[in-house]
Amino acid sequence: MRPLTEEETQTLFKKLAEYTGPSLKNLIAPIDNSPKADRIVFRLCQGRVYAVLLSIANIATSIARDKLLSLGTCIGKFTKTGKFRIHITALPIIAPYARHKIWIRPNGVMPFLYGGNVVKAHIGRFSEDCPEHQGIVVYSMDDVPLGFGVTARSTAESRRLDPTGVVCFRQADNGEYLRDEDNLFASG
Amino acid sequence: MGVGRRMKKQGPPQPLSEEHFAKLKRKAGLPVDAPTEAPEKKRRRTAKKPEPKSNGSASKKSGSTSKASKPGKPAKELPTANGRSKSKAPKKPLIEESEEEEDEFDMEDLEADGSSDDEVQKIGDDFLGSDSSVFDSDDEGGQTKAMWSEDEDESDAEEKLTAANIVGLSRKLDQQLEEEAAANEEEMLQSALQTNISGDKPKVLADEDDELEDEKNEFLAPDLQLLRTRITENIRVLDDFSNLRQEGRSRAEYTAQLLKDVCAYYGYSEYLAEKLYNLFTPREAFAFFEANETARPVVIRTNTLRANRRELAQALINRGVTLEPVGKWSKVGLQVFESSVPLGATPEYLAGHYILQAASSFLPCMALDPQENERVLDMAAAPGGKTTYMAAMMKNTGIVVANDPNKARAKGLIGNIHRLGATNVIVSNYDAREFPKPMGGFDRVLLDAPCSGTGVIAKDPSVKTNKTELDFMQLPHIQKQLILAAIDSVAHNSKTGGYIVYSTCSVTIEENEAVVQYALKRRPNVKLVETNLAFGKEGFTSFRGKSFDPSMSLTRRYYPHSYNVDGFFVAKFQKIGPTPAKANAPREKSSGGDSTEVIDRTPIVDEDAEDEKAKNDDFGGWNEDEDEQYIEKGRRNAMRRRGLDPHSAGKKSKKSSK
Repeated sequence: MRPLTEEETQTLFKKLAEYTGPSLKNLIAPIDNSPKADRIVFRLCQGRVYAVLLSIANIATSIARDKLLSLGTCIGKFTKTGKFRIHITALPIIAPYARHKIWIRPNGVMPFLYGGNVVKAHIGRFSEDCPEHQGIVVYSMDDVPLGFGVTARSTAESRRLDPTGVVCFRQADNGEYLRDEDNLFASG
Repeated sequence: MGVGRRMKKQGPPQPLSEEHFAKLKRKAGLPVDAPTEAPEKKRRRTAKKPEPKSNGSASKKSGSTSKASKPGKPAKELPTANGRSKSKAPKKPLIEESEEEEDEFDMEDLEADGSSDDEVQKIGDDFLGSDSSVFDSDDEGGQTKAMWSEDEDESDAEEKLTAANIVGLSRKLDQQLEEEAAANEEEMLQSALQTNISGDKPKVLADEDDELEDEKNEFLAPDLQLLRTRITENIRVLDDFSNLRQEGRSRAEYTAQLLKDVCAYYGYSEYLAEKLYNLFTPREAFAFFEANETARPVVIRTNTLRANRRELAQALINRGVTLEPVGKWSKVGLQVFESSVPLGATPEYLAGHYILQAASSFLPCMALDPQENERVLDMAAAPGGKTTYMAAMMKNTGIVVANDPNKARAKGLIGNIHRLGATNVIVSNYDAREFPKPMGGFDRVLLDAPCSGTGVIAKDPSVKTNKTELDFMQLPHIQKQLILAAIDSVAHNSKTGGYIVYSTCSVTIEENEAVVQYALKRRPNVKLVETNLAFGKEGFTSFRGKSFDPSMSLTRRYYPHSYNVDGFFVAKFQKIGPTPAKANAPREKSSGGDSTEVIDRTPIVDEDAEDEKAKNDDFGGWNEDEDEQYIEKGRRNAMRRRGLDPHSAGKKSKKSSK
């Protein structure tokens, strides 16, 4: 387990900022105003990046590198080419700070959880002024975060779309906990 | 029987479904005052008909009359949540007969199980059964109300919630009534048959000519109907041995026959059947074997980090799931009767609002009761049901270290931790026996030890045959190592904690009481404390000549036939002092080990004679001076090889020797 390098931090924050926008700094700010306040830090462990409270990260240092399988919340992993691949497990980290959101109707929930893109017919609500190719968090109508993706069209454009047209490309959804458990977590 | 101080705190689990059943019955046009048990009562009486003929009828009769007066009672009490039950304080005879009644209730349970595989039926019965087992404790009921009063605000909502289920339940009930009627008829036939064949004394053991026949039939498949009748007959005899036995037959013969039949009927290995049989009375053992044939109800646990139980239940009901709160003892459990969707793939499941978890595995976490901002260790964590429950109890504060030695299982564990949103968890992959070494000083430790699984035979029937004597020696060995590691990992000076909970999903003595006893003996700095669980039977303080610590009655045992949960064992320790430094040293052989004498085994001989002999023996004896020279030479060679001057060294050594 080690802290991220400067370069890695930059790649990670760029990726997260796609979804959260400028409120990313709220994520890494100290939790409260007390002098020794805890804050969320990012740690690399067996190729995965974890967001974890500093106090927990400090305690986890006493566990040997090869014996430490996970701590806090897994965000994703760095690919061999140095890009960052964000996982569905990051959803609880980015959902509270998401800038653009999309709500889908009950009949669209299952298709989305099975890995489908969001089509216009399934949209219940949509953030205004959302540009094209912008990271976006997908919610069900009762405000349960389901996953995230990128918009295929801007809000204005998608109004003119026919009902079967894709509005948002899926990147990750809750269904991956079942479909893709083997790839989500590090263990050899 | 199993009534301790815990009764004053919480009381037994409520037969929760009763109100609904009464309501449903009214709908179905049945007499309302008769509780669900009523039809069974009738059946029982018919089944018991042959009994009055036997000699011990007087005592039986009084038992049955008190029983007959009983059925109305639980139903009346229930709506008032035990509050009024105090006024209906027990009459003396009830207490005296409690033992007998309990047994009979068990019998009813198993009859219900045997006759119908219906979930609703089973739950009602079992919870009633458990209620009756602590029936004599009504005088303590006053305090139980206080404990449950906090639940009452919820109960309205729960009623509303379950009202939505009523359609499903009433259909179940109809079906169940039909089945019961069929079972009644069958039983009538059977009892008639019995009276014809055996008259007063049932013939269970084979005569000599029967045995010959048996040998002939050895290779044929056993007649299950016959086996079952013989088992029930046999149990009847064992219950009232002095009156019902055949002349000249010993109890051992009957027991051997019963075990043989049980092995043939249920498919246990002989070793395991005997081991399990010895834990119970014959009747209870039969109930246990019978309960192992039916699956336990599906239970889900609400993840309080993401959802609350009421909303979750509503959401699932809308998806076509029939469910109900699991009991008053848990605020997060929901029992599922039937579901039109796969429970492991609903959007709520994927969003981490609940986890499928057996009711029994709530218990160790509730016993441990982790507080906020503590440091907690789960030594064998996979698949994460208990770990996430603890994280939820701590509201994601503090730290939970979840350890599992198996990497493949750890993957599922990490998946569940992330899905349920437990952010305060560190997952490690040590052998748990190493544990105080990488990290110690925990406030609480949960050890759900690997075990033989004799409590979960319903889930995994392979246990019936694949467990041998060796397993019951190896597993306790590991468990003992683990429990010492667990104790050593706890900080005795923790302000809020210092607790260890040991649990297994096994019912055998070797893996439970014996391990706890070992821990108490090896670590004088721990003591057993109250588990604060609402129900459960007390652990054995003595078993077949072995006597355990008297505080063993603070541990809790759970059986499938008495509570309709998996067989389980929970013990809670408190660490009151540091582990003494010598604790890890190997044990001395005997208890008074200090006085082990050193035995000189050299034969006693005359020394001078020996010298003479040595000089004259075939090897030419021993010459001290010559030996000295060789030693000196060897030393010099060694020094030269190391690049030192042997002469100087010789001088030095001579000097020093001077």
